[in-house]
Amino acid sequence: MDDIVIQVENFTKKYGDFTAVDEISFVVSKGEVFGLLGPNGAGKTSTLESLEGLRSVDEGKLLVAGVDPAKDGRQLRNKIGVQLQSSGLPDSITVSEAMKLFSAYHSVPVDEDLIDRLGLREKVDTQYFQLSTGQKRRLSLALAITHRPPVLILDEPTAGLDVPSRKELHKMIGELKNKGTTVLLATHDMSEAENLADRIAILLDGKIAATGTPMEVTAKGEGQTKVSVRVEGTSLDGSVEFPRVSQAITKDEYRIYFSTDIGPTVSAIIAHVQAEGDRLIDLRVERPSLEDRFLEITHNGEVQ
Amino acid sequence: MSAFIHHFAFEFRIGTRDRNLLMLNYLFPLGLYAFMGFLMIELNPAFGETLIPSMILITMLASMILGLPNPIVAARDAGIYRSYKINGVPASSIISIPALTTIVHTTIVSGIIVITAPILFDSPLPSNWVGFALVFLISALAFASLGVLIGVISSSIRVTVLWSQLIFLPSMMIGGLMIPLSMLPDALARFSLLLPSTHSMNAFLEFGYGITTDVLATASLAIILSGAILAFALALYLFSWDSQNSTRRGPTTLALLALLPYLAGMIMLG
Repeated sequence: MDDIVIQVENFTKKYGDFTAVDEISFVVSKGEVFGLLGPNGAGKTSTLESLEGLRSVDEGKLLVAGVDPAKDGRQLRNKIGVQLQSSGLPDSITVSEAMKLFSAYHSVPVDEDLIDRLGLREKVDTQYFQLSTGQKRRLSLALAITHRPPVLILDEPTAGLDVPSRKELHKMIGELKNKGTTVLLATHDMSEAENLADRIAILLDGKIAATGTPMEVTAKGEGQTKVSVRVEGTSLDGSVEFPRVSQAITKDEYRIYFSTDIGPTVSAIIAHVQAEGDRLIDLRVERPSLEDRFLEITHNGEVQ
Repeated sequence: MSAFIHHFAFEFRIGTRDRNLLMLNYLFPLGLYAFMGFLMIELNPAFGETLIPSMILITMLASMILGLPNPIVAARDAGIYRSYKINGVPASSIISIPALTTIVHTTIVSGIIVITAPILFDSPLPSNWVGFALVFLISALAFASLGVLIGVISSSIRVTVLWSQLIFLPSMMIGGLMIPLSMLPDALARFSLLLPSTHSMNAFLEFGYGITTDVLATASLAIILSGAILAFALALYLFSWDSQNSTRRGPTTLALLALLPYLAGMIMLG
């Protein structure tokens, strides 16, 4: 329990009669990357903003690094770093001014190394509105981590980034995690969550629809595993049936089987090919992705 | 303190980088000063006698009442204050720093006016510099606080324009800047006591130039000083970090309390 850095307990957030977040609970441990996923309006931003101390809590309990965000905003400031979805900076502020300003308010010196590592050195005198989307995101991250907070909250950190910038940002998040920073990540990008998050929670209509490691969440779905097989001969032609296969199709030179349980299916295919004296050229297994599971949950409206 | 200085320095530079602020802080007041100096004095030579305090107050009106509120609304709408809140920037800094930097811009323009008006337009310099500086400071605080209050309570830039013009236009016309209070019809003269510019001009003339006016200048000075304190306190109280789902500590109509000292002045001095 000592390792718990973020605690959300029966948290409810309402706007008038509308319940944006409905009694959700989760915990995030030290050094963990926790992904908060969900469609628009699922309650992600309300949750994040309440943890950041920007919104009041209607019911339940929130704790971030031992601090109640609603009650002790001043203490919270040095415990969290936040990369907001929207700019949050004046158009005419330069990179250097922004770094100096935010560092000064956190009472830390400007981290010159951070400016270099995030590739902002050449842009230090450039005004915010003249930066590209990627540069803005990198500056936003630099400002969020300049005071080395133990908790980092990222809201759609890679939205609008090109592939190299995205990769660089993922690398940085990985490094922060390795140094013990706890990261709460809200994203629409399933592959990002799959790659970065140790655990995830999928929010749907203000409730947690699924939670666990990305693998666990994916495995709970009804999606079928795709087994694609290519052989030299004709052993898989015709209507050979294999266990746990619900559907089989042929595409290009591959015979594709949709299996509900890949163990028996793959064993049977290999045994059949060998028994027929044929040669296996290629065999690929594609599990349902987190994205498939996410679509399944949002489509079915599943809630835990 | 270091954070406050960094913030102040950055806000000051914004005042010269932003085209709208550059226009309202420098170009508009100085352009109007040149126009008034060359044209108005020709039409009404008596205007030259009060050109310096009049133009200083017009500068304050332009930069503080017209210029100061919009960036506050724009920053709130753009989520800049949310970001500031997360990073520990206090609300008092957010509203006091733009006010203070605008006072510095106004001081620069006022300096240009004070230096050039006697040379270009033969306008008299103040006879009591301490009194003049005191009235300048209190007036600047009163206008800046009102500007900040307008920005804090306005839901959009359109609304700020409405509030700003509600103060700017009457101040220009009947606030004693171009037409002396004594020349106004009684009802208008009485109504003009609701305007900070009337009291500031009155105090400038009495304490800066030793010209006795119809209205008790000490009372005028007390009115704008209490107006400044009240407006700033209300701005701080009603400040909201966010334009969406924000909870203010009170209704925006509370801002009307800032008029109380002026209303009291109108009743007692009118």
